[in-house]
Amino acid sequence: MAQNEKVLMKGNEAIAESAIRAGCRFFFGYPITPQTELAAYMSKRMPKVEGTYLQAESEVAAINMVYGAAAAGARVMTSSSSPGISLKSEGVSYIAGADLPCLIVNIERGGPGLGSIQPSQSDYWQATRALGHGDYHMVVYAPATVQEMADLSYKAFDVADKYRTPVMILGDGMLGQMMEPVSLPEPRTELPEKPWATTGHRGQREHNVANSLYLSAEELERTNFERFERYDIIKREEALSEEVDCDDADIIVVAFGASSRIARSAVKEARKQGIKAGLFRPITLWPFPVEALAATVGHAKAYLTVEMNMGQMVEDVRLVVEGRAPVEFYGRTGGVIPTPDEVLEQIRAIDERLGE
Amino acid sequence: MAEQTETLKYERPKSLLPVVTNYCPGCAHGTVNRLVAEVIDELGIEGTTIGVSPVGCSVMMYQFFGCDFVEAAHGRAPAVATGLKRVNPDNIVFAYQGDGDLASIGMAETIHAATRGEQITVIFINNAIYGMTGGQMAPTSLPNQVTQTSPYGRDVATAGYPVRVCELLSSLDGVAYLERVTVDTPAHIRQAKKAIRKAFQNQVDGIGYSLVEVVATCPTNWGMTPQDSFEWMRENMLPYYPLGVYRDVVAEGFADAAEAAAARAADCPIASQGGAR
Repeated sequence: MAQNEKVLMKGNEAIAESAIRAGCRFFFGYPITPQTELAAYMSKRMPKVEGTYLQAESEVAAINMVYGAAAAGARVMTSSSSPGISLKSEGVSYIAGADLPCLIVNIERGGPGLGSIQPSQSDYWQATRALGHGDYHMVVYAPATVQEMADLSYKAFDVADKYRTPVMILGDGMLGQMMEPVSLPEPRTELPEKPWATTGHRGQREHNVANSLYLSAEELERTNFERFERYDIIKREEALSEEVDCDDADIIVVAFGASSRIARSAVKEARKQGIKAGLFRPITLWPFPVEALAATVGHAKAYLTVEMNMGQMVEDVRLVVEGRAPVEFYGRTGGVIPTPDEVLEQIRAIDERLGE
Repeated sequence: MAEQTETLKYERPKSLLPVVTNYCPGCAHGTVNRLVAEVIDELGIEGTTIGVSPVGCSVMMYQFFGCDFVEAAHGRAPAVATGLKRVNPDNIVFAYQGDGDLASIGMAETIHAATRGEQITVIFINNAIYGMTGGQMAPTSLPNQVTQTSPYGRDVATAGYPVRVCELLSSLDGVAYLERVTVDTPAHIRQAKKAIRKAFQNQVDGIGYSLVEVVATCPTNWGMTPQDSFEWMRENMLPYYPLGVYRDVVAEGFADAAEAAAARAADCPIASQGGAR
C-alpha cells in the first residue's frame, strides 16, 4: 500500500496494523470489550506475516508472555480494556523494573470495578501514576483520531526500544470502535539491535539476565536513580501536545483523546460567538507537556479541563498553572460522553465570570 | 618410581558459575541445580539455553548459572517461558519452580502452558512448604502437617487437600512427559538426573511439554536435620506423592505429544481435521 493511500479503519484495527508495520510480530492478549477488534485483527493478520497471536489464559499470563518475548528481544504488545489493564499491572511493574520495551494498549471503559463497556477516560491516574507497584513511569500516548492511533502505535515501538521502557496507548471505546480514513505507515525493514536480550550467549558473551530483583538496597536505589535519569531525558525529548488558537486565548480548554474532539467543536463555536477560547491537547499524558502548557500561563485568564471522568488530568493542569489562573473542570463519567453544547455552556459561563 | 597420574572424577559443571549459593545445608535445591547444570553440559546447550527462575528459594538461580536467565514474578514462569520460546524456538527454555509458585499462585499458568503443549521444560521442586517466606502451608503440604500457617496441622476440612501435580497434568493433551523423582539416595539422584535429561532432550527433539517433579525436603522449615527430613519425606511424602512416570508419549509409542493427542481425539471429527500444529 502506498504511503498516502487512505483506508477506512476502526481505531482498534489501525493500532494493530500499524504495530505490525512497526515490526511487532508477537501479540499476547485476552478477550475484553471494547478492544476486541484489535485482538481479532491480530489473530487474522499475524499468521500471514509469520507472527504469533496467542490468546492467553488470563491478562496476567498475557503480560508475562510479553515480558518473556520482550526479554527475548522481540517487538511485542498486548491490548486490553480497563479491568484487564488492572490485572496486567503486576507484569508491567516487572517489565519496567527489568528495563524491557513493549507496547500496552488500553481501550478504556467505564469503572470502577466491572463498570460499563462504554467509553471512558477514568484510567488517567492509573496510566500516569500508579500502574503497578514501585517507583516507575511509562510513556503514555493519548491519540484523538484513528490516524493518530496508527501513527502513535508505530512511534511507540521506537520510543520503547530507545529508552527500554513499556509504552502505553491510552484510547477509549469511542476511538477504538469508530471508523475514519487513515494513511498507514510504511513497514519497517530494519529494527534496532538488542545486545542485552536473553537469546542465548552462544559462547560469545557473558550471560544476559532480565531481572528486577536487587537484594541490596543500595543497588536497587542505584537502578531507580538511573531509570529516573532516563525519565528526565524522556520529559525533555518526548513530550507532545497540540494547540488550537491558544496564542491569544483568554480561556484555554485542556482535553485529551476523545474528549478533545468534543472540546475542539465547542472551542470553534465559542470563537464564532466572539469568545477568545483555545484548545490545548496533551498527546503524551506522561510525560505531561508541562513546558508547552506553562507557556500559555500569563495570557490565559482561565483554564477548563474536560474529561470523561470525575477529574483526573485536571490535577496535572493545576500543577502547571500553580494557582496563577483558575482551573475549572467539567466531566461526564461512567460511559457518558459530554456534548459540544455542554462544553460550550461551561466556556460561556467562565467567559461571563471573567467579564464581571 | 612410577609416574603418578591424576584423573579428575568430580568437578563443578561448566554451566554452574563458581559462586556460593543461598541454599541451606541439606536442601535439595543444590542437588537439583547441579543435576540441571550437568544435563545442560552433557547436551552441550548452555549457549542456547534460557532459564526462568521463580519467586522462592531458587529466586537467585540466575546468579548461579552461566546461561541467560529471566527472573519471573511469582507463579508466572510458564508464561514468561512461553514468550521466550515463541520468539526464539531454537532456544532451550526451562522454568524452575517450587510448589507455592507452580501449584498455587501459578496454577493457571502451569496448566495452560501444559495444555498448549509449550515446548518447554519445567523442573518442579515439591517440598510441601513455602521455604523462602519462612515455612507457611503450601498447596502440597500434607494433611495434618504442621507449618507456620497451619500450626495445629493442615486441617483438610478447612484448608482442603494437597495437589498432586503430575497426576493433575497427566490428563492434558499438550503434555509429553511427566515424572516424579526424588534425590535422597545416590540411586534416586541418578534416576532424577535421567528424568531431567529426558525432559531437556524432549525439548531439543520437539516432542512436547515436559515436567519433572522432585519430591524434596526443607530441613530448615521442617525443623529437622537433613537426615531426619529425608526420613520424614520417605515416610510421609512418598506414599502421598508416589515416584514414577506419569506420562511419556514416546514410551506409549507416539512420536510426540501432538500425535498422542490426535489418537485420543480420533473419534472427534472436528479435532481430526488436518492442519493442526
